[in-house]
Formats: sequence, C-alpha cells, structure tokens
Amino acid sequence: MNIANYLYLSCILFAIGAATVLLRRNAIVVFMGVELMLNATNLAFVTFARIQGSLDGQVVALFVMLVAAAEVVVGLAIIMTIFRARRSASVDDANLLRL
Amino acid sequence: MSGLAAAAVATNGPGGGEAVLFWVLAPVMVIAALGLLLAKKAVHAALAMALVMVALGVLYVAQDADFLGVIQVFVYTGAVMMLFLFVLMLVGVDSSDSLVETIKGQRWLGLLLAVGLAGLLGSAVGSAVIASPVGLTTANAEGNVVGIAIKIFAQYVFAFEVTSALLITAAMGAMVLAHQERLGEKKSQRVRSQARFRSGRIAAGLPAPGVFARHNAVDTPALLPDGTPSELSVSRVLRAREQVRDIDDFDREVGRIETDVEQGGRR
Repeated sequence: MNIANYLYLSCILFAIGAATVLLRRNAIVVFMGVELMLNATNLAFVTFARIQGSLDGQVVALFVMLVAAAEVVVGLAIIMTIFRARRSASVDDANLLRL
Repeated sequence: MSGLAAAAVATNGPGGGEAVLFWVLAPVMVIAALGLLLAKKAVHAALAMALVMVALGVLYVAQDADFLGVIQVFVYTGAVMMLFLFVLMLVGVDSSDSLVETIKGQRWLGLLLAVGLAGLLGSAVGSAVIASPVGLTTANAEGNVVGIAIKIFAQYVFAFEVTSALLITAAMGAMVLAHQERLGEKKSQRVRSQARFRSGRIAAGLPAPGVFARHNAVDTPALLPDGTPSELSVSRVLRAREQVRDIDDFDREVGRIETDVEQGGRR
C-alpha cells in the first residue's frame, strides 16, 4: 500500500468537515465539522512524521489537539450563552448585527 | 541504490497487515464522516464523529504514534465528544436540525466548494513527490512516549509552557461565559405557588399524561372531557420531536378492550 493513501484519506475527511461547516445550520454540528477538519490535519501530520522519520510531526499534532480542546471549551460556552439569550442553536438566528 | 530504497520501502512502508487495517477503517471513517454531514439529528452526528475519532486513534497507533493514539481516544472521544453530547442534551432539539435551506442555492454551492477543495488537496498530494518513508524505528528507539517527551521538554518547551497559559485562559473564559448573575432574589416554592393562584390560570397544576391503565406513558396526551387530546399534558420537547402518540393509536383499541372486559366478566 502506498503511504500517500493516508494523505488522501486526510484530504477527504477535511473536505467533508468543510462541507459540514458550510451546509449545516446547527451551531454544534458546525463546530463538530471544525473538529473533523482539525483531526484530518492531525492525520496528515502523523503521516508526515512517519515519512520524515522524526517525531516533530507528532509533537505538532499534539499541540493541535491541545488548542482544539481549549477551543471546544470556549466555543461550546459561547454556543450555550447564545442559546440562553436567543433560545436557538441555529447559526442563522444570531443575526443582530445584520443591516 | 534503488535496491536499497526498495528495501527501505519494504521495511518501513505500510505492510500487508496495515494495508488491510487501512482499507477496513478508511471506508468506515468516510461513511461516518458523511454521517456527520447528513444525519438529521445532532446526536447521531455526534456519535458518527466519535466513531471517526476512535478509528483515527487506531490509525495513529498503526503509524507508530502510540502516545497520540491513546490521547486521541482519551481526550477526543472521551472528553471532547462527551462535552459535545452534554451541550446537545442541554440545548435540546430546535428548528436548526431541519434540512430546509434558508439561503437559495447554498446547498449546491457548498457541496461544489467542498468537492473542489477535495479535488484541489487530492491533486496536490498526487502531484507531490513523496519519498519512501523513513519510518520511526530509530526515533522511537527508546519508546514513543520517551521520544515525544524529549521533544516537548527540550526543543518545544517554550511552546509547551505557553499552552498552559492558553488552557488557563480558556478555562477562565468558559467560566465567565457560563456564569449567570442572579437578578433579584430566588423565588421560594411558597412565592411561586401564591403567584400561580393569583394568576388563576392553572391553579391545580398541569394535567398528567396518559389515558386508560394501558397508556400512562409520558408520550400519551391526556383526554379532555370532549375526547380531544390535551396539549398541556405532554412535554414541549416530545412535541418538538413529533414523538407524541396519536390519539387514534389507542382510540382504535377501545372496542377490543371493551369486549375483552365483557368476556372476562362472563368467563
């Protein structure tokens, strides 16, 4: 098997995550799409680490996970706050700044 | 030289067992990711996402990233996805799950963009010259965890320290956002009851769900004296999910139950 297959899988997962962000309207599902994109890049990092024979890629993937965990905590708190104020978790309903 | 390279591919590239693992897991992951995109209910999307993350953890372990594989399952599947499910339970169901598009043509444009992105990334990977993988046997000589620890606490120690500030800030931010200042005093049960009687609307409490001895489940609306179901007797959430039992469901059985009762009396 060619090792590039891992990279192709990573590309497909990234594109599906992007499609989720673009198409879904539930803010929580949109957020999971972002998580899927981050995970896809992690897979690419781990594969590159293996190709290069150094652990730097794995360390970067670890940092990505760390930042993603922090982002999830704050993002979900923001979604909860918006839900409390507007009684909706739809990304279309948070439009107070619209002209 | 080319013989050497071929030998390197044979030892460090993905072997037969790994190929089987990949071709079993990759379709499962893609289908589960599509489930995230297409599932109507957010809970189903979250579970599909958890499946993708567990499979990713397995792929990490297969790629000599033992530590990351374990962390992936612990942190992502164990903590992050459960946090997502927790928030989903708090938020409950609402109209945002509906698949009716609000912006005209958004669905096709979005799909087109996503397919274009996949094609762009895939062609970039396809046109890149990927060297035969070196493999991590030398880097992992002392074990994967030790190797990563040496990297983190020597070369990347400053970035590692900065992440601690990031995590503390994130925790503080979440606490600030989740904190609710109480405006006015907390209402006691007595005050609430007095207010309810003063308004005079539903003094005796909401009607309980269920009719007959056979259907006392919460999804069965109570019957009013004129035979219509009482909207107040079932939970708002069940109505939003359209899981309220139809009145005809148990109306139909009334005749059979009555004959049963009569025959039972005669027997």
